[in-house]
Amino acid sequence: MKKLYLLDDAIISPLGFSTEENIQSIREGDSGLKLQQRPEITENPFFTGIIDETLLNQAFSEIGSSEKFTKLEKLIILAVKLILDKNKNLDPTKTALIIATTKGNIDLLKEPGGFPENRLKLSELGKVVANFFGFTQTPIIVSNACISGGLGLAVARRLGNSEKIKNAIVVGADLVSDFVISGFNSFQALSTKACKPFSKDRDGISLGEASAAILVSTEKPEISNVISLIGDASANDANHISGPSRTGEGLYKSIQNALKEASIFAEEIGFLSAHGTATVYNDEMESMAFHRSGLQETPLHSLKAYYGHTLGASALIESIITKHSMLNNELFASKNFGELGVSKPLNVIRENQKKEINYALKTASGFGGCNLALVFKAEKK
Amino acid sequence: MVAATWLWFLKRKRNKMPNQFHIQDWVRVKNGEIFNSEGLVFESSEDKLNPFLKAAYDCFKLEYPKFHKMDGLSKLGILASEIIFRKNKPTEDTALVISNNASSLEIDRQFQESTETFASPSLFVYTLPNIVLGEISIKYKVQSENGFFISERFNAQLLKNYTESLLLSKKAPEVLCGWLDLQNGEYDVFLCLVSKERNIPFSEENLRKLYCAENDKPTH
Repeated sequence: MKKLYLLDDAIISPLGFSTEENIQSIREGDSGLKLQQRPEITENPFFTGIIDETLLNQAFSEIGSSEKFTKLEKLIILAVKLILDKNKNLDPTKTALIIATTKGNIDLLKEPGGFPENRLKLSELGKVVANFFGFTQTPIIVSNACISGGLGLAVARRLGNSEKIKNAIVVGADLVSDFVISGFNSFQALSTKACKPFSKDRDGISLGEASAAILVSTEKPEISNVISLIGDASANDANHISGPSRTGEGLYKSIQNALKEASIFAEEIGFLSAHGTATVYNDEMESMAFHRSGLQETPLHSLKAYYGHTLGASALIESIITKHSMLNNELFASKNFGELGVSKPLNVIRENQKKEINYALKTASGFGGCNLALVFKAEKK
Repeated sequence: MVAATWLWFLKRKRNKMPNQFHIQDWVRVKNGEIFNSEGLVFESSEDKLNPFLKAAYDCFKLEYPKFHKMDGLSKLGILASEIIFRKNKPTEDTALVISNNASSLEIDRQFQESTETFASPSLFVYTLPNIVLGEISIKYKVQSENGFFISERFNAQLLKNYTESLLLSKKAPEVLCGWLDLQNGEYDVFLCLVSKERNIPFSEENLRKLYCAENDKPTH
């Protein structure tokens, strides 16, 4: 299968309005998570990573009028704009737009805010973004729970391999809406602390909101250092719709298939960007799947304590950070990691470190029993 | 001898054709009726979602207690895939590629309503369109590639391109793909099984034809 090259990218999050700002914040150990009290939803306090609306509107006012777009649309448009600004020659009529989101403008269900009802529809979200920039191909919208953002990259590679597309902008975005807060709270899945992936005292997730976009191409760019996607696979646990398989069945299978496609062994993976939501069951399941895959020695982190769980955006943000880790030979610490609290040994990164990485693995899992594994390769001169 | 040579020639010609995949079987669920390649297989006097699903569940003797706790979208997905998989047993790697317009909006509204009193975890779990892929995977023990896409309308081009890319790259030996939409109680389902098994050539045109055949008929 053809490689998919990862070109320019952008992340809009509480940690900053560009990839550079985001990476600098992670490097310094900052977190976007802040304490929230919402007694009308839950008596317990919880942590979320929310983007300041004033800052967002300020940034957006340079390219459009804030009141015409929803918060999520503004996040997506800002991220895509950053990419187009760096690629003036990119023809939007010949570029595919792939949007990954779990809930889109779901906040409008409670507070329509003057927007027409069809704005709730994800296809409408696609249209709004496409029209803003003049993309003429119908946007491809992926809504596959928390693997959506990473699956968007796989979709680009797969369609690219069969020459249906060449260049694509993959964008992932989701909000911290009352809808998802209420839902995760009803599952008793929200942590009362800032989440602590893979730690003994982890007790649930923190939610976050963000958008991320990346330009990808099946054509090799004329730059000396480049990261490409060389293996991708998803697999369903076929076990439970709201909880992971105890043995990490689907995640294990997706890792095996992705490694096989990339034609590399687990030992060659220099870095593993885990899902690490910090729920008791998810992190335990990941440790099982990583152990079965022979990845227990591989340095790994979860970025959830920096961003919170950004749902449909998470696997894309984490892939982008992985790309820059590979380019800069720089691994970031797994924030809020204390004592290992899963039954299989893992090499969780405690402090930022310099390390050359040739191959990296990104994994994600989500409701509906879905799992995803992506293998990236660094080509440096 | 002549016939054998002719058949050999046709097969050879077919093998050289770029389209090497076929719609092995299909099912259409709409307006209280279920069609497949054999014709009308079920008809209910009730076309409203729940009575229709109940009647179809009984008629096809699904005998799957988990069905009752599912949301409408998952029930429709299980019913439609049962009709295909009963005749064509899926493999562990049969991929699932499904699309729709409304995402999970039908159950989203119900969950939103529940949040005004006590947010319901049993509703929340269905507020993602791909949950139906999980339900199908569990029922048929399929641990395969999943993809849920949202389109404004039936997008034969996307379904064909993506399904074909999974088959060509050997990520899946066969794919269950199609359209599974539910909004305001109206359901519109078309699923088909795509493989190398000779039948209807897998093309955008044939996907559109099979999907639209039902739509063109006068509604009752």
